[in-house]
Amino acid sequence: MIEIDGLTKRYGDKTAVDGLSFVVEPGVVTGFLGPNGTGKSTTMRMIAGLDRPTSGTVRVNSKHYPGAAAPMAELGILLDARSVHPGLSARNNLLALARTAGIGRRRVDEVIELAGLGEVAGGRAGGFSLGMGQRLGVAAALLGRPQSVVLDEPVNGLDPDGVRWIRLLLKSLADEGRTVFVSSHLMSEMAQTATQLVVLGRGKLITEASVEDFVDHATTGGGVLVRTPETVRLGQLLAAPGITVINDGTDLLRVSGTTAEQIGIAAWRAHLPVYELTPTHASLEEAFMQVTKDSIEYHAGATR
Amino acid sequence: MSAITRPGLAPTSMAPAPAPMAPAPATVGGPVTQVRVVRAEWTKLRALRSTWWCGLTAVVLIVGLGAAIAGSGTAYHVSAADSAAKGVSASLLGLLFAQLVIGVVGVLAFSGEYGTGMIRATLAVVPSRLPVLWAKVIVLVGLVLPVTLLCAFVDFFAATALVSSRGGSVISLTDPGVLRTVVGSSLYLTVVVIIGLALGALLRKTAAGLAVFAAVFFVIPIVVGALPQNITGFAPYLPSNAGGALWGSPLGTAHALSPWAGFAVLCGYAVVLIALAAWRLRSRDA
Repeated sequence: MIEIDGLTKRYGDKTAVDGLSFVVEPGVVTGFLGPNGTGKSTTMRMIAGLDRPTSGTVRVNSKHYPGAAAPMAELGILLDARSVHPGLSARNNLLALARTAGIGRRRVDEVIELAGLGEVAGGRAGGFSLGMGQRLGVAAALLGRPQSVVLDEPVNGLDPDGVRWIRLLLKSLADEGRTVFVSSHLMSEMAQTATQLVVLGRGKLITEASVEDFVDHATTGGGVLVRTPETVRLGQLLAAPGITVINDGTDLLRVSGTTAEQIGIAAWRAHLPVYELTPTHASLEEAFMQVTKDSIEYHAGATR
Repeated sequence: MSAITRPGLAPTSMAPAPAPMAPAPATVGGPVTQVRVVRAEWTKLRALRSTWWCGLTAVVLIVGLGAAIAGSGTAYHVSAADSAAKGVSASLLGLLFAQLVIGVVGVLAFSGEYGTGMIRATLAVVPSRLPVLWAKVIVLVGLVLPVTLLCAFVDFFAATALVSSRGGSVISLTDPGVLRTVVGSSLYLTVVVIIGLALGALLRKTAAGLAVFAAVFFVIPIVVGALPQNITGFAPYLPSNAGGALWGSPLGTAHALSPWAGFAVLCGYAVVLIALAAWRLRSRDA
């Protein structure tokens, strides 16, 4: 479990993380979602004790992480693929970390196999592609079979095979009862990987919800498309408080505030023909953009 | 091998959990100890090519240059005014260059990690941080002290053999100051690598660390040596000059400190720099 309480980080007069409070529970994959530059990485660095909070606290498995006796059993972290020494082989990079916790070569070889690096483990990490670097970083995070795993943008640079590998890995870690906290700026990725969501914008918590609720909530407003020759009569039939019907002059009605089932039943009872009845959802990315649009620090249009 | 711990199943004094909770997942990481961090740092240092290249270069500079100087036949013909120790110092001239290479090893031990980003991985697994600094001190001393000591003795014996084969003065380890000079050259380089390490930790950038190191140990002493003596009263206290007093550096200044006082001053610099490095490592974001 990772508990974050009132976490704030300022660099000079710039506030990177602003009064963040949330809890990451064990047993599920929790996604940490937010546009780039909103403080996700800074938060993760504070979880690992690499950055000191300006104020607020972080507790990993109910402990202050920098004071943990056996850090590698508590927390495994992937900060970015370039947290390795390019002059060392993948195996020696892992071995150097493992030694600090008395973890032996057998476990190092295990995580090398787990990460699919068996063929290249003896080669210098400096020659690795971004994807292999990510795999090496994930392998490092798993060395101590930690109770909590924090991965910053693990799918970056991975091929589709690697993305699938990460998804299955995260699920299996969560199923073992571990705390899994993984960041991404892609809502669609999180929707497939995570169960819980923590959404961040401009260093502030926007929402903390299950992926299901977030998607439901964020994608309502899509409404139902109805194609019918009787647009006027059906429109009148459906009109009610809380229901809006828009007809753009064609044979298409855009109805929101009710369901496709209700519209179908109403039309059938009134003997009105319906050619098409399509529930529509805002896409996940649209929903995410909607939620975070006020908090994006740098709009593309503003750069000139 | 490594102990398997189950942190969730904590010892007795804790009250039993009220609700049946899933058992804590199995972990394999044991406690961080200083010995383990030393082993980790040794794993890195041993596996880096730069360590071997720098080590080889230092050995060649100390032994090779010493033998070359002795072979040239000048330095070891100890005149009446010179002591035997001074002749030995001359054969150790290679130290002036070897110290730069040794300094590189020290600086890189930290700046290499900051430059590559590995420091984040390192400090994430040793979040108390200071054991990493102590471990780097220990492995560098453990590498540099024996290697340079061996080099210094090889240099001494090779040089004396070369000189006496040409009928030059015979110098023995028991002559006054000779053993101190030979051992002192190794002690000097060992403190130098620590100063390099501290500079790497403080400045974090390889280029900056190397520039400051070269300036302090090579450029400034030469510049100061060229200035009039009435404005360079501090010269004996420069790190290279203070430490040079122990092994009789040919670049030594007038009014040099006594050998051990000079070495103490050098150690003082190292202690202050390491203390600053420790403070910075503890207090600043990685």
